[in-house]
Amino acid sequence: MTVTEAPNVASAVETTKVASHLHANPSYDVADFPKPNGREEVWRFTPVKRLGGLLDGEPSDKHLDIETTLPEGVTLTSISTEEARDLGELAPTDRPSVLAVANAGGAVLLDVPADTEVDEPIIVRLRGSSADDLVWGHVVVRIGRHAKASVVVDHKGSARYAANTSMLVGDGAQLTVVSLQDWDDDAVHLGRDAIRVGRDATVRHSAISFGGLVRLNVEVQYDGPGGSADLYGLYFADAGQHLEHRLFADHTAPRTRSNVVYKGALQGEGAHTVWIGNVLIRKVAEGIETYEQNRNLVLTDGCRADSVPNLEIETGEIEGAGHASTTGRFDDEQLFYLQSRGIEEDEARRLVVHGFFNDIIRKIGIEGLEEQLMATVEAELAKNVTGKEIL
Amino acid sequence: MSTLEIRDLHVSVDTEDGPKEILKGVTLTINEGETHAIMGPNGSGKSTLAYSIAGHPKYQVTGGSVLLDGEDVLEMSVDERARAGLFLAMQYPVEVPGVSVSNFLRTAKTAVSGEAPKLRTWVKDVNAAMDRVQMDTAMAQRSVNEGFSGGEKKRHEIVQLELLDPKVAVLDETDSGLDIDALRIVSEGVNRFKENGDKGVLLITHYTRILRYIKPDHVHVFVDGRIADEGGPELADKLEAEGYASYVSGVAAAGTGV
Ligand SMILES: Nc1ncnc2c1ncn2[C@@H]1O[C@H](COP(=O)(O)OP(=O)(O)OP(=O)(O)O)[C@@H](O)[C@H]1O
Ligand SMILES: [Mg+2]
Repeated sequence: MTVTEAPNVASAVETTKVASHLHANPSYDVADFPKPNGREEVWRFTPVKRLGGLLDGEPSDKHLDIETTLPEGVTLTSISTEEARDLGELAPTDRPSVLAVANAGGAVLLDVPADTEVDEPIIVRLRGSSADDLVWGHVVVRIGRHAKASVVVDHKGSARYAANTSMLVGDGAQLTVVSLQDWDDDAVHLGRDAIRVGRDATVRHSAISFGGLVRLNVEVQYDGPGGSADLYGLYFADAGQHLEHRLFADHTAPRTRSNVVYKGALQGEGAHTVWIGNVLIRKVAEGIETYEQNRNLVLTDGCRADSVPNLEIETGEIEGAGHASTTGRFDDEQLFYLQSRGIEEDEARRLVVHGFFNDIIRKIGIEGLEEQLMATVEAELAKNVTGKEIL
Repeated sequence: MSTLEIRDLHVSVDTEDGPKEILKGVTLTINEGETHAIMGPNGSGKSTLAYSIAGHPKYQVTGGSVLLDGEDVLEMSVDERARAGLFLAMQYPVEVPGVSVSNFLRTAKTAVSGEAPKLRTWVKDVNAAMDRVQMDTAMAQRSVNEGFSGGEKKRHEIVQLELLDPKVAVLDETDSGLDIDALRIVSEGVNRFKENGDKGVLLITHYTRILRYIKPDHVHVFVDGRIADEGGPELADKLEAEGYASYVSGVAAAGTGV
């Protein structure tokens, strides 16, 4: 087991222009994001050789199959690349997102009009048919002023997929959104969910990754005061698998709030997870509150969990800022305690892992998804055939 | 009927310098209905004996045997031992975050009795067991032992003892860290358990005060991984008056002779 924990706290940088190292300058120009070699700070944890040529940017007209049921008033339409830009999407911040926008040939717009309240979650099923397919995705989710909706984007099957998704949450709106990565083993997914939180708007975003090689950027910025973002994550990496989640909470407005909680489990030789939690508190962002935590549960030998919180503060006037990161072995004492009460080893392991993920699963806030996720976690656990020898 | 027979038990732990023998031949039989007290100084191996009976993986049995009603306990996994009727109340009960007491108790009861308890009576039983040791029933919704005080953890062990109702209970310093009221409450729990049938109890303790509430049939003095002396309840009184000094200096003297 290898663990990196390197919190960086830089404070009170006296600049008006943001020169933060956390922040790439957004751009639609592919040339601004040269192909990485894997030694760059933002790529050093990623196995760039295993990305199936996604970073080369070859054009492709392949798509994922999309299947959804839209409630009354909600629309799903195709728009042009320019229209996506005009809607106020967040411009790309890395090579996969800039390539996705450049190559997708237009975007998909999921639109929930102002003042619309949708009770049922909108489930968008995206299916890839083959890891041979190179797919570029460009998506905009717009939640109008004072609208309220839940969206689940469910990725399955296989593809080499890079996508730029913007979520534009209007003033006073409420969005609960889940990005579920349950890909086949040979899939590669380089995603970016960039969220713009309106004044007094509330966003709850959950990234859940079980299958495939996944590198997902989740970025939040605020259009006005009073915005609130809860960013949750759950991941379970198996032997040889790479799951990477990179968070960026950019406090661009006063009295905004961000709360990041990511939990992951790892099992099997070469299972690798990466969690990068970047928080930038800009000079204007007085009275904000931020907290981020990442917890990893290492179930077997041979796993590696990298966990790096970064907090950069440009104003002293904040309500609260903190972070926590822990990576722990599966606790044999817990297992012994449960077994000493007659509970069989497998059941005891399930209870402990259940216990570990329980609180995060309950926070996701989509009805019906809780049991499905617990079932997936248990299926993942059942794969761990070598666990018994090690524990 | 329940008899626990420990014969010439040798147990080692792995250390950086190789295996270290902790139990150096322990022989002890608990016949049905008997309560045995084991008393001894810190580090003498009392918990090692308790954990070895329960099957903690840290302890390697290098010799001897443990039989429960003639069945070879050492051949069983930890959970099999519990289902066979052994219970260990731990000196330091373990915290299990995210697993509620109520879920834990139900899962354990189901495992031990081989079928799920009837929902209606079960909730009543749990509440009653918690009430009897003056544990707030709201604690059933909390994670197992997480953030419990030392005394609450010990009471929770007794709740489990009463609900799981084993044949033989090993109580490892269940009295330590309890104030006098809690000590009485916990002792009453153990006595209720004993009245429930011909139960065997192995009561490990450092102090004689719990023996005022739980009457032992036999007292064993444990020193340096062995039973150094045995007797009836009167032996506890002697230990109360004199401490372990005579036994411990004996060990030291033996050490200098080598
Ligand atoms: N991993 C280990 N390496 C070396 N020595 C160990 C190890 N584990 C236990 N021991 C030793 O085994 C001995 C017996 O420990 P044990 O916990 O059984 O004692 P105890 O009688 O229960 O003491 P107490 O009254 O403090 O609870 C102690 O000397 C302890 O230091
Ligand atoms: Mg002890």
